Amino acid sequence: MPLDWAYVAVFALVGAGMAALPLGLVWLLAPRSQYPQKRVAYESGIIPFGEAWSQFHVRYYLFGLAFLLFDIEVIYMYPWAVVLRELGGFAFVEMLIFLGVLGVGLAYAWGKGALEWV
Amino acid sequence: MGVGGLFGALWQVELVRMVVLAAVVFTFLAVGGPLFLVLAERKISAWIQARVGPKHVGPHGLLQTVADTLKLLYKENIAPYRADVVLFSVAPILVAVAALLDWVVIPFAPGWVVRDLNVGVVYFAAVSSLTVIGILAGGWASNNKYSLLGGLRSAAQMVSYELPLGFSLILVATITGSLSTVRIVEAQPYPAYLYPSVVVAAVVFLVAATAEANRIPFDLPEAEAELVAGYFSEYTPMRFALFQLGEYGSLLASSALFTTLFLGGWKGPFQLPGAGPVVNGLVWFVLKTYAVVFFLMWVRWTYPRFRIDQLLGLSWKVLLPVSMVNLLVAGLLMVVVR
Repeated sequence: MPLDWAYVAVFALVGAGMAALPLGLVWLLAPRSQYPQKRVAYESGIIPFGEAWSQFHVRYYLFGLAFLLFDIEVIYMYPWAVVLRELGGFAFVEMLIFLGVLGVGLAYAWGKGALEWV
Repeated sequence: MGVGGLFGALWQVELVRMVVLAAVVFTFLAVGGPLFLVLAERKISAWIQARVGPKHVGPHGLLQTVADTLKLLYKENIAPYRADVVLFSVAPILVAVAALLDWVVIPFAPGWVVRDLNVGVVYFAAVSSLTVIGILAGGWASNNKYSLLGGLRSAAQMVSYELPLGFSLILVATITGSLSTVRIVEAQPYPAYLYPSVVVAAVVFLVAATAEANRIPFDLPEAEAELVAGYFSEYTPMRFALFQLGEYGSLLASSALFTTLFLGGWKGPFQLPGAGPVVNGLVWFVLKTYAVVFFLMWVRWTYPRFRIDQLLGLSWKVLLPVSMVNLLVAGLLMVVVR
């Protein structure tokens, strides 16, 4: 098992290195422009006003929160999925209850309008 | 010698093996991903729209993307004023690495898998969602209003479609009783009485994977006309290319996972004459994977873009309830038939 995760770690490191390689090549090869305007953010050609880092709409948070809840519940279902065949009816009824609660939660969020893009 | 105790006596050999494998898979990903797929996409879109497509660089324009990549090497990397430079530089690398990590659990042929993790499909779901973080970070760090909106839209969209995707994975795990991708391939074909459930799960998976890859009809994060390319509008060529690597790499990885879960992976309808099990498996696997990729490209050049409320509604109000019910039906069938 630790060997498996060592592979994952080495893949991440080598991948990051190989992804950074062309960036290094660009740094060596590419000519540099001297115009200061090159670093102005492109917002359809208008000179940007204000910061982009300001308030944005709450709806993004709503979807983020709903996702967080459901994703955690989904994680609980993987172990269930693996043993369903062995445990049979008992496991099925358990999951029926679990998914029922989850479904009620979804219906509640739906009814409250949390899934609407306003 | 703590490391030695972990991996046995020859840990140096094992380390070299890891690095070489990682380099090989990354190269395969870069060549078989953006380098080939961008060209394929342009050729296929040209064919669908009755145009010629890239024609002049190399025979039939085959070297077009190679030429493009070389050109990108001669373009300066800049970050906008007041950007978060660290996040801005890390984001494209993170997206590319996420696409690479997907491939650890994809079985190419019998015995040909980087690591047969016992939590394979969960691992895939986990690392492929790293892309969201990269895109969100890139959109945020640019300090450009369009990029920020593109990044936020992308995050909302990708997390919404991760749930139905997860339910499809769970359905397959329920049928095979395993999360290992190799065991899942070996367990196919699935029992006939479960076909309706598997087909529903496959369709949900395909729709969700298209949305995860931010492709038309789900390409709202980029939406050239509204968001001037969204989260990567501030990115200069080579970093943009890394985003492309991540996007096409994860498109390829999703197609490969679709092949693994639903199309029998390396198993073909017949044994290729004169081919060993590995060559036979590789050929079928690559054929199926690129067939799925072709299908997704076909969809891309056929349908218009969704509106964002339609897009999120489709995930939360259609795909999610459908896959929950589908999972219960399949579970009931399995318990009864057992």
